[in-house]
Amino acid sequence: MLNKFPLWKNLLVIFVLAVAALYALPNLYGEDYAVQVSATRTTTIDNSTLEQVEQALDQAQIVPKSVVIEGDQVLVRVTNDSDQLEARDVILRALGNQYVVALNLAAATPDWLESLGAEPLKLGLDLRGGVHFLMEVDMAEAVRKIQDQLRDSVRTELRDERIRYTAVNRDGNDVVITLRTAEDFAAADSYLNNRYPGYDEVTDSDAFSIRLRMTETKLQETQDYAISQNVTILRNRVNELGVAEPLVQRQGADRIVVQLPGVQDTARAKEILGATATLEFRMVDSENSMLEAERGRVPFGSELFPNRQGGNVLLKEDVILTGDHIVNATAGFDEYQRPQVSISLDGAGGDKMSLATRDNVGNPMATLFIEYKATGDRDAEGKLVFEPLAEVINIATINSRLGSNFRITGISSQQEAQNLALLLRAGALIAPIQIVEERTIGPSLGQENINMGMQAIIWGFVMVLVFMVVYYRKFGLVANAALAANLVLIIGVMSMIPGATLTLPGMAGIVLTVGMAVDANVLIFERIREEIKAKRSPQQAIHHGYDSALSTIADANITTLIAAIILFAVGTGPIKGFAVTLAIGIITSMFTAIVGTRAVVNAIWGGKRIDKLSV
Amino acid sequence: MRELISTDKTIQFMRYRMPALILSALLLIGSITSLAVNKLNWGLDFTGGTVIELGYQQNADLGQIRSVLEQNGFNSAVVQNFGTQRDVLIRIDAIEGVNAQQTGDQIVAMMRASSSEKVDLRRSEFVSASVGDELAEQGGLALLTALICILIYIAIRFEWRLALGAVGALAHDVIITLGLFSVLQLEFDLTVLAALLAVIGYSINDTVVVCDRIRENFLKFRKYSSEEVINGAITDTMSRTVITSLTTVLVLLALFFLGGQLIHGFATALLFGVFIGTYSSIFVASALAFMLGISREDLLPPEIEKEGEDLDQLP
Repeated sequence: MLNKFPLWKNLLVIFVLAVAALYALPNLYGEDYAVQVSATRTTTIDNSTLEQVEQALDQAQIVPKSVVIEGDQVLVRVTNDSDQLEARDVILRALGNQYVVALNLAAATPDWLESLGAEPLKLGLDLRGGVHFLMEVDMAEAVRKIQDQLRDSVRTELRDERIRYTAVNRDGNDVVITLRTAEDFAAADSYLNNRYPGYDEVTDSDAFSIRLRMTETKLQETQDYAISQNVTILRNRVNELGVAEPLVQRQGADRIVVQLPGVQDTARAKEILGATATLEFRMVDSENSMLEAERGRVPFGSELFPNRQGGNVLLKEDVILTGDHIVNATAGFDEYQRPQVSISLDGAGGDKMSLATRDNVGNPMATLFIEYKATGDRDAEGKLVFEPLAEVINIATINSRLGSNFRITGISSQQEAQNLALLLRAGALIAPIQIVEERTIGPSLGQENINMGMQAIIWGFVMVLVFMVVYYRKFGLVANAALAANLVLIIGVMSMIPGATLTLPGMAGIVLTVGMAVDANVLIFERIREEIKAKRSPQQAIHHGYDSALSTIADANITTLIAAIILFAVGTGPIKGFAVTLAIGIITSMFTAIVGTRAVVNAIWGGKRIDKLSV
Repeated sequence: MRELISTDKTIQFMRYRMPALILSALLLIGSITSLAVNKLNWGLDFTGGTVIELGYQQNADLGQIRSVLEQNGFNSAVVQNFGTQRDVLIRIDAIEGVNAQQTGDQIVAMMRASSSEKVDLRRSEFVSASVGDELAEQGGLALLTALICILIYIAIRFEWRLALGAVGALAHDVIITLGLFSVLQLEFDLTVLAALLAVIGYSINDTVVVCDRIRENFLKFRKYSSEEVINGAITDTMSRTVITSLTTVLVLLALFFLGGQLIHGFATALLFGVFIGTYSSIFVASALAFMLGISREDLLPPEIEKEGEDLDQLP
């Protein structure tokens, strides 16, 4: 009974601690005030952007700590917050509104650490301040719109096929067609059979009625579409807010989480998030001269718009169709494997499109995308003023008379088709959305929360340390070393996990783990005491103490882990943060108590004769 | 002095099981009655509504704030100090069918307009009634799931009587902690729910340690009666129980006094939960298992420990 650890076990303990310490290290370096510049849809970040930024800073006599391109943004680090504000303003002025310029705090992690992927802990909104929105998409409305479109197209198509019906109506999630006669019923049945993918046909030959029932898959698709469309639009809008590290993410079946760190003006954020883009289809004016128009002589009945290449396009004033008739737009390939975008319109939209394109086959049609950007001014009621920014995103020649479903071909690349579909969707009719939860934490409160959390951790830690030394003497010191190692491990592991954020309840979780982490050691030490009382030799007492406490520690911690996992599964936001720290704390405390302290105990007492053990 | 609890003599815990169970029963009845009569003071997370925390430069005039709110039609608003005299908390309950998305912004604008000094928006929260209901449902479900999962784990690892005893103790802890929140009308929000789950985690930790020792002692001491074995096991683990509770209470006190207002409910629930959890692992969990008639035979390990071999014994 020598209580010697094999070398590999000692090395394992050292290795694990070293890695954790390395990844926990960035948290000590703090953060730099920074300004980050990212591109919008129409621009890119390259070296010339970098030069522009550097020049602007130079002219304003701001000396930055560094100006670098990181990923797809330019990151400017400055020394203090007044430089930060000034830097933002001069960069904004130099680059114009084609770029998003946002204030941020960038981790001051040294390069060698960063190259290892070590980053400081992400702080939750309750610690750094900001807004959290939970939005809910009105799915019933989204489904209703799809069904309305189906009803309209069934009506049109039956009319075209000269099948007489008494009624075509929406009934809940279904569309019901009733016909007059058995012949009409048979004709409609054979015509509609398998005509609409995603719908099951249920016929009732006595009542001459056909019911088109939406399949589960189609319902799912419709809901997914409504969500992803809103996520896309919200991402676009969020970019305009100039927020560093925003989060727009789907949550569950019908919700979207939007987190905007550092934003205080929730009213402004809500207005910008709520401002939608629109879309218009117009005929290109090819009769009049573009050059004349660019010189300022725009012909009557036409308007000049910029296109994406930086040039201009002359369009007719008449709008064929607006985006709210678009039901879906998807990128794909045509029969020759060339990229294309398929567009579906609702019934009314189809009629309008059909009417307008009847006499225009062979002529070019343009798609105009109109975004509303906040000018920064406010009107008399204090609401933000938005100005429309229009841009021609596509011109295509009309090959035949168009209806409810048509496609745009001749697109140069798959990427381009994707972009076009994205913009079409952004300008399309969207499923209505509503804020169901909103939480704002001011920056002062965030900082206060950090301070108070740290105070609680430090005091809790110190009290436990003192108690352990008083009560267990030398062994108490070992337990304290384990406790400190445990703290480093928790922070290291949390910094390693990409999605983990530290929240106020998360800090409470750390405090609680500090209190509970000693438990495993207490169990072991009490066992050793018992063994000594039972007149075992000190070495045997240590050995048996650890051995017999092991299964108890495992059982006790696994049950607690169950509670933590369930907490993680059902909790949201801060509660998840608590569950994560609790779970990590349980695992790390088991490691430090069972393997960590054993290594230290073995190193101190193992391998030699001892007569007395001070536990 | 170095030993808080002398473990030389076995303490006759089971002798006090009847008084303890009566006490527990009374606490449970009291808690349930209070939960039925007083209900819980549900926080915003569960009821829905709007909460705004404002920071004033000087001590805030609550009366004036109330009258401004009333003038603007927010008659049911609750206005109180939060933490300090300068911080004000305004709470407005969700109104059925009314979309309150804008309420928070309106009130902040109102307060800024009516005050001559700078008003700092410290925190604002809006939760719709539907989200609140959902959360309450999920929370209840989480507690139940946790209890059932733990029941299954202990039943597999130990024995069903101990599992029932342990889960009975957990339910006991949860109900009485809820009862405390009901009696004192402390606000029950999401962090308190998290604390409740942490209480479950803590209490089960305690209970498992005692159960483990009960099992061990049953196997070690053949001649003793169940009562003696259980008393011995609790006595053996007593000093560990006390020390761990003590360290946990120490950190919780730090959290309670230094953690700030937002974490107060959390710390309160856990502090109380640690006491009740320690008590219940001794008197409820063990006593229930004892009264269910646990004996040495129930805890004997399967005859042959190698997997696969016990299949041969199946008919």
